[in-house]
Amino acid sequence: MTDRLPLEGVRVLDMTVVWAGPYCTTLLADLGAEVIRVETIQVFGPPTRGSSARPPQFVIENLPPFIGGMPNREGGSRPWNRYPLFNAHARNKRSMTVDLLRPEGKEIFNRLVAISDVLVENNPTETMQKLGISYDDLKKINPGFIMLRMPAYGNTGPYQNHRSLGIHIEGVIGHSLLRGYTDLDPSANTQVYMADAAAGAGGAFAVACALNHRRRTGEGQLMELSQAENAVPYLGQAFMDYSMNGRSQTTLGNRHPYALQGVYPCKGNDRWIAMTIFDDRDWELFCEAIGNPNWTREPQFATHDSRRENHDTLDSRISEWSRGQDHREAMSLLQSYGVAAGAVLDQRDASEDPHLEARAMFEKAFQSDVGAYLYPRAPFKMSGSDVRIRRGPVTLGQDNEYVYKTLLKLSDTEYDALVESGHIGDEYAEHVP
Amino acid sequence: MTQSALSDIRILDFTHYVAGPYCTKLLADYGADVVKVERPGTGDGARHIGPFPNDTPHPEKSGTFLHLNTNKRSITLDLKTDEGLQTARDLAARADAVVESFRPGTMDSFGLGYEAIREINPKLVVTSISNFGQTGPYRDWRGSEIIFYGMGGELYSTGVSEKEPLKLGGTVGLYQAGTIAAYATLGAIFEARDNGSGQHLDISIMETQAGSIDRRMSMLLAYQYNGEITERTPLGAASGSGGYPAGVYPCANGYFQFTGGGNYFPRVLEMLDYPGEISGEEWLTPESQADEDMRGLFEVVFYPWLLERNKAEIWEQAQKSRVLSGPLNTMEDLHADPVFHERDAFAEVEHPEAGSLRYPGRPFIMGATPWAIRSPAPLLGQHTKEILAELGYTETEISSLRKGGVA
Repeated sequence: MTDRLPLEGVRVLDMTVVWAGPYCTTLLADLGAEVIRVETIQVFGPPTRGSSARPPQFVIENLPPFIGGMPNREGGSRPWNRYPLFNAHARNKRSMTVDLLRPEGKEIFNRLVAISDVLVENNPTETMQKLGISYDDLKKINPGFIMLRMPAYGNTGPYQNHRSLGIHIEGVIGHSLLRGYTDLDPSANTQVYMADAAAGAGGAFAVACALNHRRRTGEGQLMELSQAENAVPYLGQAFMDYSMNGRSQTTLGNRHPYALQGVYPCKGNDRWIAMTIFDDRDWELFCEAIGNPNWTREPQFATHDSRRENHDTLDSRISEWSRGQDHREAMSLLQSYGVAAGAVLDQRDASEDPHLEARAMFEKAFQSDVGAYLYPRAPFKMSGSDVRIRRGPVTLGQDNEYVYKTLLKLSDTEYDALVESGHIGDEYAEHVP
Repeated sequence: MTQSALSDIRILDFTHYVAGPYCTKLLADYGADVVKVERPGTGDGARHIGPFPNDTPHPEKSGTFLHLNTNKRSITLDLKTDEGLQTARDLAARADAVVESFRPGTMDSFGLGYEAIREINPKLVVTSISNFGQTGPYRDWRGSEIIFYGMGGELYSTGVSEKEPLKLGGTVGLYQAGTIAAYATLGAIFEARDNGSGQHLDISIMETQAGSIDRRMSMLLAYQYNGEITERTPLGAASGSGGYPAGVYPCANGYFQFTGGGNYFPRVLEMLDYPGEISGEEWLTPESQADEDMRGLFEVVFYPWLLERNKAEIWEQAQKSRVLSGPLNTMEDLHADPVFHERDAFAEVEHPEAGSLRYPGRPFIMGATPWAIRSPAPLLGQHTKEILAELGYTETEISSLRKGGVA
């Protein structure tokens, strides 16, 4: 194990918003890149550092936990440093503030580009135009520069400025219609953000590809990851089915294209177990695990195909058994027989899960405005590189001194002037709601 | 000739089904030389799952396999024989990374475990993708997409409270694990090239969910901050508490989705061309967005507006007013979308057995080192001879391996 991390020495300017872009830079930071969030105290662009800079208490109380579940549901004097929405992905990053809408702000930005390696942004296409930032200009400042743009649908074509969250992108690429209940229309669908996760990971991979090319040739490049296009391969089976058979697949609910599968109720309030029985062998193991009750020998369950045909009846029989079981004990029992089963773990279950604990999935980190808490770590483990949470979620402007004085070598006088003119700060300007 | 981004990288691929093959597909499609080792006779299990043309199974026509194995070369090797194992070791000696997705311990049982393999090539990176990781109490447990989402991800809070938790579509979680693995593999290759030492990457599919930005990390954090549990919401409340309009609504030819509440509501009023019924100042207060009676009044105006319009018309109108929104497309809609075609987001790939078909295209555009389909998914063992010859095996050695069923 070395202390050195694979992306040490790579400086990333981070102009990302919401989740997709920030997840990309989280992964880059996990591998040791110096990620500097370029933020402004003059505009609050929701929903990145929360729903608004200074939300009224009733708003904080009504936000869902993943957005507004801040400690004690209190915003404190700097709510933007306390939202789980932001803090969950803000590990290992730095933050500086500058107002890019003013010429001197642009000048500072250009000086940063000159000493950085990568810029990542995931704004609507026109946002960069309005800021007057183009790859051609950045390349003149820094010939080996790499820029990753992550628009929703692409930087060209009629959808280039379409406003979208991950949830809308999933609708457009066909995911939403593949994931509902079979007996309810899609208005019952929960809002999920799988396309954000896909774009974040895809974006980090893209930057790594460009770095590989630059390591060999010194050449930088512009990359464009359309969040929609990036997630289409994730639906490959359904996509290919349409190509091959002209069939638009519809939702299977919790069922499986060829196995037996379901989510079954367990003892207690809202406790469940998910199970997949792939073949005859699995079925025998399952029957054995639950004590070979008579119903398992009924002719309707004699073959894999007949079990699939009678899936509804099978589900109610399995549920009769599972209702008497603790979800975690049932999981251990079934797995001890070799059956693929998993308790549906709520956030407490997962936080206390012995396996995640054994693998140290949560690491303690400190941040000035929330204190010390456990956070989920990087989604991979490396035997030879010390990947960990080196720094808690970054507060707004936390690294202004480092960026302006250490990196850009500004004097105290120059720094103070930029504080005075509203570029540098660690709080949103008073006019920001 | 244009260079590919990863054309200097060699991958030895022992993966099957979805997560591992998507990892090595990403690497192959951006230029890496990926040698896929398959079991003689049957090959990757994905060859035997659909979709198939006309629903007729054929090991060279699986849509899952064809999609996930572009640009790879296939060699068949029986790893349970000494000769097969030796060939695998020869391949590992010249690779930058081995990617494998066997159950933990399987590579050791072949004699290809990390400790054994690093003796051949100390710079080698070994990426192991498994259900629950290479350590811990669940190490040997079995899994599936729904189980990874249930244990690692947000299955618990997905769906309605009247019913059971509901998985996402297809196998999106497995793909995500593949992308994470591809990224980490490149990182480890950089490190190996810089300091001369390879390492073992342990990718747990469960953890790629537990560490996912798709709500899980934030919800786990809300639990740490405040002890809060996120449950499924009752039917009719799926739109959440961010005001209105939010969620999925019916329209003339399907469904359409909005996130137009809270601060965004003025954009919705513009989209609707400021209907008289909802024009007063009181509609612009934060309180109005939490008022259920006002939501009802709004919907009286909104539903008829939606039902008179199709998805395309609504999207155009909504985007003119910068309303966060989008249609719920079918696969047919997606395949027909002119903008995806104009941008070359799909790929037409010719395969000797399956013919010419439209595939999902590049995940991202690289300006200097483009994504490209250089070859379709390989036939089982298509490159065995070629790869053995590259290793310096003689004609006689190759035919003896073939005759013995080793390759």
